[in-house]
Amino acid sequence: MLSWDLVANAVVAGILLGGFYAAVSLGVSLTFGLLDVVNIAHPAFVILGAYAAYVMNSSFGLDPILTGIVFTPLFYLIGAGVYRIYYGSFERRGEESLRGLVFFFGLLFIIEVGLSLKYGVDYRLVEAAYIGKSIDLGGVGIAFRLLVPCVVGLAMTLGLYLFLSRTFYGRAVMGVSQDQGALRLMGADPVRIKTIAFGLGIAAASLSGALLITISPVVPSTDRDYIGRVFAITVLGGLGSIGGTLVAAIILGVAESLMATLFGPSWSLAVSFGILLLALAVRPAGLFGR
Amino acid sequence: MDALLEIDSVSKRFGGFLALDRVSIRVRAGERLGLIGPNGSGKTTLINCVSGALPTDGGRILFDGRDITRLPAHQRTRLGIVRSFQIPKPFTSMTVLENLEIALEYAAHARSAGAAAGALEILERIGLAAKARLRPAGLTQIEMRKLELARAMAARPKLLISDEAMAGLSSAEVDDILAILFRLNEQGITIIMIEHIMRAVMRFSERVVVLDAGTRIAEGAPAEIVRNPAVEKAYLGE
Amino acid sequence: MRPARALIVAVAIIGLGLLLAGLRVNPYIYFAGYVVLQYVVIATAWNVLGGYAGYVNFGTPAFFALGAYTSIALIEAFHAPLPVLILSGGLVTALLGLGIGYLTLRLKGVFFSIATFALSVVVQTLIINWDYVGGAKGYTLIRPPAPVFGNWGVLLFTLMVVLAVVTVLVARTIERSWIGRGLAALRDNEEAAECMGVPTLRLKLFATTLSGFFLGVAGAPFPYYVTYVEPASTFDLNYAVNALAMPMIGGTTTWLGPVIGAVLLGTAQQVATVTISSELDLLIVGVVLVLFVVLAPEGLLGLVRRLRSR
Repeated sequence: MLSWDLVANAVVAGILLGGFYAAVSLGVSLTFGLLDVVNIAHPAFVILGAYAAYVMNSSFGLDPILTGIVFTPLFYLIGAGVYRIYYGSFERRGEESLRGLVFFFGLLFIIEVGLSLKYGVDYRLVEAAYIGKSIDLGGVGIAFRLLVPCVVGLAMTLGLYLFLSRTFYGRAVMGVSQDQGALRLMGADPVRIKTIAFGLGIAAASLSGALLITISPVVPSTDRDYIGRVFAITVLGGLGSIGGTLVAAIILGVAESLMATLFGPSWSLAVSFGILLLALAVRPAGLFGR
Repeated sequence: MDALLEIDSVSKRFGGFLALDRVSIRVRAGERLGLIGPNGSGKTTLINCVSGALPTDGGRILFDGRDITRLPAHQRTRLGIVRSFQIPKPFTSMTVLENLEIALEYAAHARSAGAAAGALEILERIGLAAKARLRPAGLTQIEMRKLELARAMAARPKLLISDEAMAGLSSAEVDDILAILFRLNEQGITIIMIEHIMRAVMRFSERVVVLDAGTRIAEGAPAEIVRNPAVEKAYLGE
Repeated sequence: MRPARALIVAVAIIGLGLLLAGLRVNPYIYFAGYVVLQYVVIATAWNVLGGYAGYVNFGTPAFFALGAYTSIALIEAFHAPLPVLILSGGLVTALLGLGIGYLTLRLKGVFFSIATFALSVVVQTLIINWDYVGGAKGYTLIRPPAPVFGNWGVLLFTLMVVLAVVTVLVARTIERSWIGRGLAALRDNEEAAECMGVPTLRLKLFATTLSGFFLGVAGAPFPYYVTYVEPASTFDLNYAVNALAMPMIGGTTTWLGPVIGAVLLGTAQQVATVTISSELDLLIVGVVLVLFVVLAPEGLLGLVRRLRSR
C-alpha cells in the first residue's frame, strides 16, 4: 500500500536527483542544443570526471566536489581539443552526421574500455564528511549526498544561464546557434566560439561526474545509463533552453524515483527511454524549445 | 483564370515569428511568374510550403484542381511540382548523370534503360554533357547551378520553381540560364522565378508578385511593379 | 556481374563451405569461422541502414540479443526447429527496427541513433527480468544430437556460411536496385532526394526493417552455438562497436566493404583473444575505429579507389 511517507520521500529524492541530472545534462544542452553537435560521448566524460574524483579521494583524501571544480580547466582544454578534431575532420567538410556520430561513439567506447582496463569493473566510491548523513524535515529524510550535488547542480545551471545571457562570449554562443554569418560580421570567429562552448560542456560534464560519484558508486559502464537520461532531458526540456533542461531534469528525477519506489530500481532506465520516445513522438521541440 | 497552382491564404509561423500571413497567389498554366521581395520577406518559405518541405499553419494549396496541402513533398514532385535549391544540393556520391537519373527514376517514373538516354539529352541541352561522368565536387559554381536546374528538368515538371538560380553569375551566364528557362516555358512548363537580379525578372516574367514581411504587397506586369511606390519603399525603406 | 553469375558465385561459396565442413579439420576452425561469418551478417545488415541510408544504429546488441532470445522463447514453448527460429528471430527484430524507425525517422537522424543506443539498455533490462528465458541467471540449452553432419560445430558453421551468403546477396541486390539508388540519394542529401520524388520516409523504414531482420537472423542460432546464454555477454558492447567498425574499415558505400571489414577485423580478433585480454582487444577496435573515421572515412575500399585513380 502506498503510504504518504513513501511517496513524499520518493518525490523529494526525485527533485534532488533532478538537480543533479540537470548538472549532467547542461553540457549536452550546450553542445547539442545550441551547437548542434551530437556528443554522444558526453556521459563518458562524466564518468571520467567521476574517476578523477575517485582517484583524488582515495589517494589524497580530497573532497570529490572540490576535485571536480579544480579539474574543470583541464577538462575544458580536453573538450576544446576534441571539438577541434571534430570540426577539422567533419564539420568543416559538412559530413557531421554519420561520421561525427561514429567518432563520438568511438570516443565513448575508448574512454569506457580504457577506464575498465585501468580500474577494473569493481564499483568505486568516494568518502566525504557529508556522505551518509541526512536531515529530517517533517517525516521526509533528505540525504546530504543527494542535497549537496543538487545544490551544486542548481548553481551550475544558474551559472551557465547567466553566462549565456549576460556575458559577451555567452551571448556569442547563443548567436552562433542562430546565425553564424551575423556573428562573423561582428568580428567574432564562430569556430572559436564553438570551441569555447564545447570546452565548457565537457568541463560541466566532468564536474557533474564528481557529483555522480558522491551520490552513488560507479563502474565504467555507468555511462551507458546516462545516454538515455541526458538526451531525454535535453529533448524534453527543449533544445537550447537551459531553464527547460532544469525543469525536464526534475521531471525525470521524480518520475524515476517514483518508478523505482513502486516497481523496483531496474526499471528506472526504461523511464528515461520512455520519456525520450514520448517527447520525440509528441513534441520534439520540447517544453521550452526554440 | 485557369489556375494550375492556387495558393489560398497560406500562413506559416516559426515559433512566435509569422513568416507568411495569409498569402494568396494564383498561377495560370503556362505562365511565367516572377516572385520578388527584400531578404526575409518569405519567398523561400513560401516555396518550401508549396513544395512540401514545410507544413503550413493555415490555408490551402491546390495544384491542378487538387488539394495538396497535406501531401508529402515527394508526391508533389511526382504530380509535377519541382523546385531547384538556392544553394545547390547535389547528390555528392553520384556522377552528374546519376544525379539526373534519380529524378528521372523517381519523379518522372522513367525506370528503365531509357532513363540514361533522357538524362544525357538534358545535359546536352544545358551544356553539361562533357561533365556527365564527373562527381559534383569537380564542378564550378555555375556548373553546379546548371546541374541543379538540369536535375529539376529531369523530374519532368509541370511547374518549375527556380529559387535564385542566377545569384552570383555573370551577365552572360544569366542570359544562358534565362534562355534555358524560356525554352522550357515554350514547351508548356509553368515557371515561377524567384530572383534578386531585376533585369532577369523583368525580362522573363509576364507577371510579378511582390512579397514583403510575409504579405503580398503588389502584383502586376513588370513595368507597373517597377513604378509601384509600395515596392520601392519595401526595398529601399522609408 | 549479371544476377545469374552472382548466384553462381554464391552457390560456389556455399559449396566451398560444405567442402570445408566435410574435411573435418581442426574444430577450432569451425568455431572461429562461425564467429567471423556471424560478423559478416551483422556488418552487412548494419550497413544497409548505416552505409546505404546514412542512419547510424548504435543498438546492434539489442537486435542481436533479441534474435537469440526469441529463439530461446520458441525453443521453450514449441521446441521449434532451427529454420523456424531463424525466421522468427528475424521477424521479431524486423518489427523492432520498424517500430523504432517509425517513431524517430521523421525527425533528424541523430534522434534515431540516440534512441537505438537507449534501446539496448532497455531491452537488456527487459530480458534480465524475464525468467521464462532465463533472466539474469541465464539459460542452458541442451542440444539434441546434430541432425546433419552429426557434429554441431560443423553444422552451425555451414549454416552461417549459408546465412552470410544470403545476407550479402540480398544487400548487393538492394544496392544495385532502384531502392539502393534512392537510399544513396537520401543519404547524400535527404531534402533534395525528397524533392526529386524519392519517398524518403518509406525507404528509410524499409532499410531499418531489413537491417533489423538480418541482425536478428545473425543472433537466432546463437543459443545453439554457446549453449549457455546470459544477458551480459549476449548484449556485449562488442557487437555494437564491431557492427560499426567493420563497415567503416571496409567501406560503407558497397556490400563488399562490410565483408572485408568483418573478415579482417573478425579474424584479427579471433587471433587476438588468445594472446591479449578481451578488454584490450576492444580498446584497440575502438581506437582503430576512431582513426579510420577521422583519417580514412571511406574505408579500405575508399583508399584503394583513391590510389587507383592517381
